[in-house]
Amino acid sequence: MNKLTMALKECQAKQEKAFIPYIMAGDGGLERLKSQLLFLEDGGATAVELGIPFSDPVADGPVIQQAGIRSLENGTTLKDVLNKVKEIKDEVKIPIILMGYSNSIIAYGLKEFTEDCLSAGISACIIPDVPIEEEAMFSSIKTAGIVLIRLVTLTSSKERITEITAGAEGFIYAVTIKGITGARDAFGGELGGYLKKVKELSPVPVLAGFGISTPEHVRDTIQSCDGVIVGSKIIECFETGKEDQINELIQASKGLVRK
Amino acid sequence: MTTYTLPDGTGHFGAYGGRFVPETLMAAITELEEVYEQSKKDPEFQEQLRYYLKQYIGRETPLYYAENLTKLAGGADIYLKREDLNHTGAHKINNTIGQALLTQKMGKKKVIAETGAGQHGVATATVCALLKLECTIFMGEEDIRRQKLNVFRMELLGAKVVSVSQGSGTLKDAVNEALRYWVANVDDTHYIMGSVLGPHPFPVIVRDFQSVIGKETKGQYLEENDSLPDAVVACIGGGSNAMGMFYPFIEDEQVKLYGVEAAGHGLDTHLHASSLTKGKPGVLHGAFMYVLQNDDGQIQEAHSISAGLDYPGVGPEHSYLKDAKRVEYTSVTDDEALEALMLLSREEGIIPALESSHAISYGLKLAKQMDKGTGLVICLSGRGDKDVETVQSVIGGSEHE
Repeated sequence: MNKLTMALKECQAKQEKAFIPYIMAGDGGLERLKSQLLFLEDGGATAVELGIPFSDPVADGPVIQQAGIRSLENGTTLKDVLNKVKEIKDEVKIPIILMGYSNSIIAYGLKEFTEDCLSAGISACIIPDVPIEEEAMFSSIKTAGIVLIRLVTLTSSKERITEITAGAEGFIYAVTIKGITGARDAFGGELGGYLKKVKELSPVPVLAGFGISTPEHVRDTIQSCDGVIVGSKIIECFETGKEDQINELIQASKGLVRK
Repeated sequence: MTTYTLPDGTGHFGAYGGRFVPETLMAAITELEEVYEQSKKDPEFQEQLRYYLKQYIGRETPLYYAENLTKLAGGADIYLKREDLNHTGAHKINNTIGQALLTQKMGKKKVIAETGAGQHGVATATVCALLKLECTIFMGEEDIRRQKLNVFRMELLGAKVVSVSQGSGTLKDAVNEALRYWVANVDDTHYIMGSVLGPHPFPVIVRDFQSVIGKETKGQYLEENDSLPDAVVACIGGGSNAMGMFYPFIEDEQVKLYGVEAAGHGLDTHLHASSLTKGKPGVLHGAFMYVLQNDDGQIQEAHSISAGLDYPGVGPEHSYLKDAKRVEYTSVTDDEALEALMLLSREEGIIPALESSHAISYGLKLAKQMDKGTGLVICLSGRGDKDVETVQSVIGGSEHE
């Protein structure tokens, strides 16, 4: 079974919520990657979403944009990232989800990308600018047993959510805001109902992401779904040396298990 | 190309095009597609569009026989399609008026747009003033510095101009930021894309609104010559004036079509904007198309003396027409474009935009190689008033060196 799918099943079996932190590969140098992944693994994260820097990240807010620019200034390429993950794969046990824009993968070549992901032990990919209509171009990734995570958003109609969740693997990434990634003070009142609607329709776990940045957000959000993804805040914590706050966020997801 | 019906039902031109956007935007572009399809069959909408094109923009624009230029070239008869005579001075408004009417039809009250040189921004701000839509224009920090007057024009017209400092602070970054804003404000806001770029249905909407250029040209040329022109030339940044000019001629295989990209300092340097010649297929701003990029897939900066051609991609339909070999794509350097600008000014008393000067430059070369009695149409996409300062600084600069 796919390593991510297995990790999510374990979560469910233990009646725990999933917590997936996002980090930008190469931010602070790729040599930092192993220690960051091990830190998150030890802290109790379910999996890690590993961002691939791209020059034109239209789905991302300022924090992730800046992290991407720092990484690109370090000369990070997708090839380097996959080589590094391959190099450390025996030491890092946590499932790794690559999050990259379609052009990075197209430029790499679909066949080579799929092969290199397999040898690096990548569990899943998120391509935020590829809706289901364009998924066919990336089908070789799925065929190889790597999960292609699908996203639903607040603007997706019920019919569309049904269509998206029908063929979903791994988990459904439920975007919690109309907007780009980044910390928010508060969410719209429609969030809880939306997450419940997605959960009713989805055959796989539903994880919420975008804008989740405090332990309170985490506790509130997981009441209506199976887990959370936290990005910008994690990047900020690593950037400013406040790793203890990362542990607080992860703990917030473990503290509250209500059935 | 006996019958040409692209794009297909999913918005693809062969392998190109599509909808490479975050899921949040899918609802909006699906709605846009539906409303656009309805508008094509809606006589009231079509009548409104015709009214504004004629009474507000000043169409139809002349197809002018450039006698002096023809004599100078000594080959084909040269005609200029005078898009520079439109209200606001370029072809851009053909599209913005159409999309502003669509905005009204969707019941949206707010409009955003990106702009590089400011021409699309001015054309958008203009129609928003006319139709009482709230207008926000995203413009790169660097472009704002270079195009102060156009920023002021947009503000005079009541638009808000947002400075984009992300990335390189130029057109592609303005598009990124406009897309991000749209994702967050999609309920009440329409994004007026300025060229045949972006996710489906934008490339087809912009092409259709701009195809008034080619339709008029065809009718005007036929009326005067009882035949079709032998060749048609247009400049290409994102590709909207060219697509509007070429589209009505695609099935007429005897008419040779030429698209002229900006070669900047030269194709052997890194300072050019020739995506079709030097780029490779990839995804930028929602569509699969030819894009300037490095081996790692990072989008590269484009360069051209003309800000309107300074974009690192070319629309999906052009990408398809290149592979299908229906259009021949070529390029012209900054220096050649400048020379053409000065030549047309002196020979015909028309100062062309630097963008259009690329088409003039190549058109002249082509006309010289063509036989007498043949006909060539060049799309004069905009007027050069906005470029006078740039031209002065370059010419002035070289005199002092």
